[in-house]
Amino acid sequence: MDAVELTVNGRDVHLQLDPRTTLLDALREHLHLTGTKKGCDHGQCGACTVIVEGRRINSCLTLAVMHEGENVTTIEGLGSPDNLHPMQRAFVTHDGYQCGYCTPGQICSAVAMLEEIAADIPSHATQDLGEVEFSDAELRERMSGNICRCAAYPNIIAAIRDVAGEGEA
Amino acid sequence: MKFDRPATANPIDRGRVVGIAHDRIEGAAKVTGTAPYAYERHDAAPNAAYGWIVGSAIAKGRIAAMDLTAAEVAPGVLGVVTHQNAGPLGKGNMNTAHLLGGPAVEHYDQAVALVIADTLENARDAARLLRIDYRAEQGRFDLAADRDRAAKPEDGFGGPADTSAGDFDAAFGRAAVQIDQSYTTPDQSHAMMEPHATTAAWNGDRLTLWTSNQMVAWAVGDMARTLKIPKDRIRVVSPYVGGGFGGKLFLRADALLAALGARAVGRPVKVAIARSQIPNNTTHRPATIQRIRIGADKDGVIDAIAHEVWSGDLPGGEPETAAMQTRLLYRGDHRRTAHRLATLDLPEGNAMRAPGEAVGMLALEVAMDELAETCGVDPVELRIRNDVQYDPEVGPKRPFSSRKFVECLRQGAARFGWEQRDSRPGQKRDGRWLVGMGMAAAFRNNLVASSGARVGVDAQGRVTVETDMTDIGTGSYTIIGQTAAEMMGVPLEAVTVRLGDSRFPVSSGSGGQFGGNSSTAGVYAACVALRTKLAERAGFPAEQVIFEDGLLRLGNQSRPLAAVAGPDGLWAEDRIEFGDLTERYAQATFGAHFCEVGVDIDTAEVRIRRMGGAFAAGRILNPKSARSQVIGAMTMGAGAALMEELQVDTRFGFFVNHDMAEYVVPVHADIPEQDVLFVEELDDKSSPMKAKGVGELGICGAGAAIANAIYNATGIRLRDYPLTIDKLIERAEGSALA
Repeated sequence: MDAVELTVNGRDVHLQLDPRTTLLDALREHLHLTGTKKGCDHGQCGACTVIVEGRRINSCLTLAVMHEGENVTTIEGLGSPDNLHPMQRAFVTHDGYQCGYCTPGQICSAVAMLEEIAADIPSHATQDLGEVEFSDAELRERMSGNICRCAAYPNIIAAIRDVAGEGEA
Repeated sequence: MKFDRPATANPIDRGRVVGIAHDRIEGAAKVTGTAPYAYERHDAAPNAAYGWIVGSAIAKGRIAAMDLTAAEVAPGVLGVVTHQNAGPLGKGNMNTAHLLGGPAVEHYDQAVALVIADTLENARDAARLLRIDYRAEQGRFDLAADRDRAAKPEDGFGGPADTSAGDFDAAFGRAAVQIDQSYTTPDQSHAMMEPHATTAAWNGDRLTLWTSNQMVAWAVGDMARTLKIPKDRIRVVSPYVGGGFGGKLFLRADALLAALGARAVGRPVKVAIARSQIPNNTTHRPATIQRIRIGADKDGVIDAIAHEVWSGDLPGGEPETAAMQTRLLYRGDHRRTAHRLATLDLPEGNAMRAPGEAVGMLALEVAMDELAETCGVDPVELRIRNDVQYDPEVGPKRPFSSRKFVECLRQGAARFGWEQRDSRPGQKRDGRWLVGMGMAAAFRNNLVASSGARVGVDAQGRVTVETDMTDIGTGSYTIIGQTAAEMMGVPLEAVTVRLGDSRFPVSSGSGGQFGGNSSTAGVYAACVALRTKLAERAGFPAEQVIFEDGLLRLGNQSRPLAAVAGPDGLWAEDRIEFGDLTERYAQATFGAHFCEVGVDIDTAEVRIRRMGGAFAAGRILNPKSARSQVIGAMTMGAGAALMEELQVDTRFGFFVNHDMAEYVVPVHADIPEQDVLFVEELDDKSSPMKAKGVGELGICGAGAAIANAIYNATGIRLRDYPLTIDKLIERAEGSALA
């Protein structure tokens, strides 16, 4: 067992973990933060997306012990049913989900993704590498690591546009 | 309540809550991650141990020996369940292969053991330490090679194996225009986001399963049959299902092994089937070979049509009923359909979203495009010319309950801008893209299933609905809430909906796109019963009282719902039973799909540029979630057209690409604009809701519209799905891609 200290949703947590424990399982099984979902456990689907030190990552593809002292934000840290984050509110308004299983990952991914655009971090879809232009093509490219088998894709893009203040396409 | 006559005017027609677009009432729980799924029940089973499934390494044969020693002494291991210690097990009615294999092995990755440990890491690690000695036997894994061995199956869920009317051979032989083509569709995987998962706990001889299942009552029944215990000792709880698409219709290995594991170690056990095990351990949509022959006059009017289908499954399995829509969709006095089933030793084939039609329409609607081109008739016009208002096998004595197919074609075409299409392929360029437009019909049978519910009003006037119905992303919570709100005359916010618990009345469950219409009809029936009780209590004649604004109204008199319910509240339970209206009337949902694609002139990469469609599915209960169901299904149709294929290893008998990296499904970047129009329709012969199914209609035909658009873009007619780059390049010579 290894001692691990993390800051999760602003709260310091101290865990004794098997070093094989992924960050995802530390959240779900040890901290009982089950909002973060396990879809594939192999970094293929994006359902486990959380925000670590401001960047979105697949929490199934990293071990908890690798994040000693780091800040982790999960879906529970963004908002609660009585106090929804604007992205959570927009997903409800635009029906950006169906079964709900990929949804926390989509939302965490979307929140961090908008920061990446704001920071002019280019993607495969970027035309001018010096200045990222906000577009549906950018959003779709950047969100493609988050699979939604119910396929609420256009609704998710509408929700993200809404939060970004970009309106209709 | 027996539904055996067409519905007349009823409170649902008011349309104050039903038919209005609503946000999902469970939305806040889903977007905050607080909706509990099956593997997350720390609240209900706080000390659950972890089970890890070991799947068979061979496709067919026997286990000669199992050495569990190393696993049993590994750190944290609490027990190992195998066929040797599981006790006598039966098999569920809905299962083809046994959920726990051994000593006989029926398919690759069939569960043969469960390793239970204190942590996930220990269970997973110990699972690798099992030593299993197999005696492999030669299996049959290749549908194409076994096509000639395929036999006529028993008449099953989808209808008779063979149907005919008139004299197809003679009529086809004399037809001015003949289309005779074969098409193939591959094995496909549901690939729902939430893996099959169950937390199981025993309390004495009573078992509770928190599981992810579309059909709660089926799960109870098949668990009882498998464990050989009475049904009343089993409780199944499935309030949130992270996608199913047919893959969670049945009891699967996660549920059985969690129950066996929990019994073996004397504490709750939870089991999720690992993603890489799902395609081979669970069910899949079987591959098909389809031959379609159409005989028409020079104007494209069909006189003869035949659709033959070959598919495979394990011994005792069922065929993929891909010819079913061809019985009903187009006119023609001379017709034939046939299904043949080969016995294969691949994993179990079974229902996936719109079984039958989803792949049948991939073939039929390309054949229709070929007919349109051969006759020089516009594809939309061709379908209008072949519309038929009655079951063409039976004749006018069996009309459709409602059929707005032509309206869908016309309105969909106008909305999409179909008139801009050049019918000659390979004519339109946009930079490096060849651009084409295609269309296809949408068709899915309207099934109905008996469904029960109980509804109560409390002293505050709050309405609660309880039914074992599931919401697998389909929007059940909301449409059930809307139904109760409309019937009881309260706002949607005043309704609590509790689903997915076997302690509640048995519902239709979620499958075959029957769940939305059937389960709300069951809630309607329970509300009618509750209204009668409340009216009696208020001293009002039940048939005259109006429920609105939280009141019971009779002329100038009114009584608050809450006051009539009284301090203890009032409950009523009923179920909807469907009579023979589905026999007297053909019932189906219709639509028209349109698609524009770009095909890269150099690489042959296909990109969908836009999709659109018009659909008629009776009353649309919640236009918001219904639209999401349709666009989601259109996207799954896009996957079927362009990318989805379980690759069969015909030597060893398994699906090679058994995870979400290798079994490719559409992602954000694949799906641009999708437009959905619901054509106004009320179907009074479908249910008191006058609704029909809508959850599967959107996949039926969507992929064919893409295939036809690729043809329009390139002049290359592909008939073997998925329509991948290699197949286009192989055929590039002489096409617009050359």
